[in-house]
Amino acid sequence: MKIIVCLKQVPKNDSILRINDQGNWIQDRDLTYEINESDAYGLEAALQLKEKQGGEVIALSLGPARVQSVIKEALARGADRGIHLEDPAFDKLDAYGIAAVISAAAKAEGFDLLLTGLQSDDYGFAQTGVIAAELLGLPHATIVMDVQPGDGSLRVKRELENGYFQWVSMPAPAVLTIQSGINTLRYATLKGIMGAKKKEIKKLDVTALGIDKAALAPRMEFLRVYVPQKSKQTQFIEGSPAEIAASLMEKLRNEARVF
Amino acid sequence: MSAIDLDFFRLDNQLSDEEKLSRQTVRDFVRERVNPIIAECYEQGRFPKELIPEIADLGLLGMTIPEEYGCAGVNSVVYGLTTQELEAGDSGLRSFVSVQSSLCMYPIYAFGSEEQKRKWLPEMAAGKVIGCFGLTEANSGSDPGSMRTRAKKVKDGWLLNGSKAWITNGTIADIAIVWAKTDDDTIRGFIVEKGTPGYTAPEVKHKLSLRASVTSELFFQDCLIPEESILPESKGLKSPLMCLTQARYGIAWGAIGAAISCFETAAEYAKQRVQFNKPIAAFQLTQEKLVRMYTEICKAQLLCLQIGRMKDAGQLQPAHVSMAKMNNVAIARECAQIARTILGGNGITGDYPIMRHMCNLESVYTYEGTNEVHMLVLGKHITGIEAFA
Repeated sequence: MKIIVCLKQVPKNDSILRINDQGNWIQDRDLTYEINESDAYGLEAALQLKEKQGGEVIALSLGPARVQSVIKEALARGADRGIHLEDPAFDKLDAYGIAAVISAAAKAEGFDLLLTGLQSDDYGFAQTGVIAAELLGLPHATIVMDVQPGDGSLRVKRELENGYFQWVSMPAPAVLTIQSGINTLRYATLKGIMGAKKKEIKKLDVTALGIDKAALAPRMEFLRVYVPQKSKQTQFIEGSPAEIAASLMEKLRNEARVF
Repeated sequence: MSAIDLDFFRLDNQLSDEEKLSRQTVRDFVRERVNPIIAECYEQGRFPKELIPEIADLGLLGMTIPEEYGCAGVNSVVYGLTTQELEAGDSGLRSFVSVQSSLCMYPIYAFGSEEQKRKWLPEMAAGKVIGCFGLTEANSGSDPGSMRTRAKKVKDGWLLNGSKAWITNGTIADIAIVWAKTDDDTIRGFIVEKGTPGYTAPEVKHKLSLRASVTSELFFQDCLIPEESILPESKGLKSPLMCLTQARYGIAWGAIGAAISCFETAAEYAKQRVQFNKPIAAFQLTQEKLVRMYTEICKAQLLCLQIGRMKDAGQLQPAHVSMAKMNNVAIARECAQIARTILGGNGITGDYPIMRHMCNLESVYTYEGTNEVHMLVLGKHITGIEAFA
């Protein structure tokens, strides 16, 4: 089974976040980065499938030179080789643009399974995997908790709401977006880290992928990023216990709208 | 709440992806596997032996030794960064890895025969054979040349008599690297296997420091050591001292881990703890304490990265390691004491790591060359005059 896992590099969740001078994103100067959480579970799912079924795991990441560190981490954990999608034209892509580039690279590589995380910890769109599937004309499933490969087909468990799950069967190849927490992440061992140095990381740009730059023009942009304003107000409700309770209920219902 | 910037001088920019990832691996391991149990282990006076297979799987045992002996073959900076993370968990855990790697696997690698290396190193890297290092004796600490343990040449090998004290891992060790004087008073190293008649290793109980680590005495009574168990290239006191230089290098880094653990705990606490209607972090005296700790930690980080790079470049001298061990353990000890005052009464409880680090660092301050002896090594470096005795 040939599995491509998409890994996004995102700011670490304990990063010190400062808004940039343009006020439209965070300053990247002081950031440290890590693999997007649900993508890491996607990688682990891929590695476990490879251990059971044999095959190959390819770690794919899109972004500037720094994203090579997430590819190297995937290689250290056991992925066989890496693909780094890097081009100045990829700098300000929206979910559609990212999916377009990923799908072009995945199509050229060929695969049985394309895995992404459910959503990214920075933008949180939860769209990339789904759009990539549509662009590739392949079936997909989202919020995947378990993958059971069959002969040319897949059975996957999806998380629904309220503790319900859904089992879906689909033909392979397919695109799955993986939920966090579905497996136990392995550590990158020191031997794995050293061994990763010898594994291939292929770099592909717009030209190599044969993408029309105009098609990547963002359909969405960030206008403003700001820290939520904290506002706290204390009201004392006077009266008898019954009056206080009635007034509180009225406020909860009509002002706080908690019901 | 914003995290505290522990990379003030942007040293991470000087680290390779492999170095950063190695540190992250051990940081995650310590946070997930060590921190949840270590306070209880300490209280029970128990070394968490159950973690040995996981530590071995991570590749931490003998990590700088080449791959052909089953080890990871990483550089000295990775060794340093990982010991830092281990000691942020507990000095006992770092001691275990230091002893196995620098004091047992290193002498086999540096002074052993090819047969000895092939026999022991892969098994030790896999955590299946645990080692201990016997140099110090009850009456021979800073002056190891005065040791009384003797190895007498006999027909079938060597007859070992004597005792060793303050031996980390001793009771759980499968082999001991024992240093003894031979008939011509030359100090040589021997691999003594558990089960050798006349060899016992009782545990030292009732310690109030390094409680999550095994400390033992070793006794040798007419132990017959086969000829193939002498480390053939070990010659003189210089050999064990070379091992100690390796281990001290790791301790210099490890101490930063303990210091950071204390500092982070105190800084977070100071921002949360409210007295006189404001967080105690808003008081100048508390800020002075935080700045003192922070400054010393940042300086220690600079020192360690530089000695790491020098070690990998083959430029490191024992005096450099003396300065790093002396300075970093001393500042870690001070950080623990300062951090404890910020936590007030809470600082003495096992709910926070500070008191445990503080007690551990009392041992670390003394073992692997006392603070005083390292100072005299540097005194000799400056003046050319030995002031040890």
